[in-house]
Amino acid sequence: MSTLPLISCRGLKKIYPLSGVEVHALRGVDLDIERGEMVAIMGPSGSGKSTLMNIIGCMDLQTQGSYYFDGVNTSDLDARELAALRNKKLGFVFQRYNLLPRASALYNVEIPLFYSGMYGEEVKNRALAALSRFGIDELADNLPNQLSGGQQQRVAIARAVVNDPLVVLADEPTGALDTTNSLEVMNILQKMHIEQGVTIIIITHEPEIAGFCPRKLIMRDGKIISNEISSSDVRSKEV
Amino acid sequence: MSVRFRVLSSFSIDALKANKMRSFLTMLGVIIGVAAVILMMSIGQGAQQQVLSRINSLGSNLLTVMPGAAGQFVRSGNVNTLTLKDAQAIAKLTGVARVAPTVRGNTLATCGNKTWTTEISGTTQEIADISSLEVELGRFFSETDVAGISSVAVIGQTVYENLFDAGVDPVGSEIRLSGISFKVIGLLKSLGASSGGPDRDDTIYIPVTTAQIRLLGKTDQSVNQIQVQVQDLNQMGTVQDEITSLLRKRHRLSDQADDDFNIRNITQLQTAAQNVTGILTLFLAGVAMISLIVGGIGIMNIMLVSVTERTREIGLRMAVGANKQDILNQFLYEAILLSLTGSFFGIVFGIAGSKIFSHFAKWSTAISIQAVVLSVAFALIVGVFFGYYPARRASRLNPAEALSFE
Repeated sequence: MSTLPLISCRGLKKIYPLSGVEVHALRGVDLDIERGEMVAIMGPSGSGKSTLMNIIGCMDLQTQGSYYFDGVNTSDLDARELAALRNKKLGFVFQRYNLLPRASALYNVEIPLFYSGMYGEEVKNRALAALSRFGIDELADNLPNQLSGGQQQRVAIARAVVNDPLVVLADEPTGALDTTNSLEVMNILQKMHIEQGVTIIIITHEPEIAGFCPRKLIMRDGKIISNEISSSDVRSKEV
Repeated sequence: MSVRFRVLSSFSIDALKANKMRSFLTMLGVIIGVAAVILMMSIGQGAQQQVLSRINSLGSNLLTVMPGAAGQFVRSGNVNTLTLKDAQAIAKLTGVARVAPTVRGNTLATCGNKTWTTEISGTTQEIADISSLEVELGRFFSETDVAGISSVAVIGQTVYENLFDAGVDPVGSEIRLSGISFKVIGLLKSLGASSGGPDRDDTIYIPVTTAQIRLLGKTDQSVNQIQVQVQDLNQMGTVQDEITSLLRKRHRLSDQADDDFNIRNITQLQTAAQNVTGILTLFLAGVAMISLIVGGIGIMNIMLVSVTERTREIGLRMAVGANKQDILNQFLYEAILLSLTGSFFGIVFGIAGSKIFSHFAKWSTAISIQAVVLSVAFALIVGVFFGYYPARRASRLNPAEALSFE
């Protein structure tokens, strides 16, 4: 088992039955991602990027094929075990942040910890530590609508990494941000990748964002059509 | 688990707090339902206590011996199995305080040019104590009057009003009962109308002997009933058994034969009244519970809306590690919390309503623990029952679809 990469997909297919017509979102994807990689997934809308991301994130199940995460066949796990996996080993960052609107920044970061069964001071301390990692601990008591887009995305990243996951999955994390904030978010992700060795997978439309990633996948019509690994110093040119 | 419970219930509380107005309106159904159950049950149980206390005022240590077998619906006047001698024999039993045999009949009473059809109660002086009769003017007839077959009469207030002009002292006047002359020796205080029953003031009391011999022509000495006052409440059963065996012996009934008389006591009447008012209370509570069910449907309605509104939140919670059970519990706790908080306010309003009702309607109400427990338990069941479906729906959402829900 230890020889398997962190993420290993074979022949992944996903078919959505949409009002009688079958939509083939994935048409056979083979993909291996090693521990500590930083990968960009690109491709036009409807190419299956998000579907692949949902399956990798254990948010959805493939119709066919196999997916091994951290040496475990996810098809063998029940819903409860998948939820625990998302809680402990996976972190999500979304284009629209998905913060609970009526909860403070701190509370939003605390939610994954609650679901891990943590309570009391430990929850607060860990959440605060996560916020301070991204320099927003002084905004802990603010509601999301009192924060700028960049600040909200940093809260969301803090929430994604508060449980020290193996993988951070970011679905167009800069899609709603201006250039300055986009670069900032990418710097944060890149720093995590370099300093903590966190595996990072980013869906993006923008070549500049993809430029931060040493490995680029391009999808089209439910298949990976390009898998390009550049030399590690490409990104320093882009910044 | 308890930690998870605490955390999930805090999520529920937060959600309810975030939408205070909606939470209150949702609770309103439960508030009204619980208040209605408590109010209705307190009115019903107040009625029950009132009826029972009235029955008690009739004297709870009374046994009434009637001729004819129990459960036989014959007019007691047609069965002549009880006699004055039976009454005298009963009076000698230990534990018996007083005995009043009574014959009844209707008669036309005349005084001067006024006439009035009324009830004759031929009895003994003991009836005054047994039935708590008090004399306003004159006196009640005595043992001597009974023994001497005197033509004396004690009249009730209604009789007085119909035979005499107001303010006239009736004592010493002559009245005629079915043509036979009687001397009025006393006027009774009003007993007050018994609710729904006959007018207890519309009676003329005369000695039982006089009634049998002179008025009703009962040569067999038969009586319509014998009222027995027992010395001690605890002896009711014993005395009843003794009277039964005494009368069976006196009437020479073989072992196989049924009693030719029956003995009723107030306890039986109390039981009957309790049953009737108990059914009334249940009926009222049942009607009120329907409003609780309606309240529960309100909870389900709002919870369904809430689940739809919060689909993205559910998806996000699932993405960061909530499992189905967590989501189900969170929404179920919300429903339970709504119904419990609603119950609490319902109890407050129900008790207040019951106090206000008894104050203005002059109708005593009784708030029982059962009513409170019953309504809260029912509200809880309603909350769980109607909260489960929306909660389950939330828990079954696919995380990926829920997150991309617009």
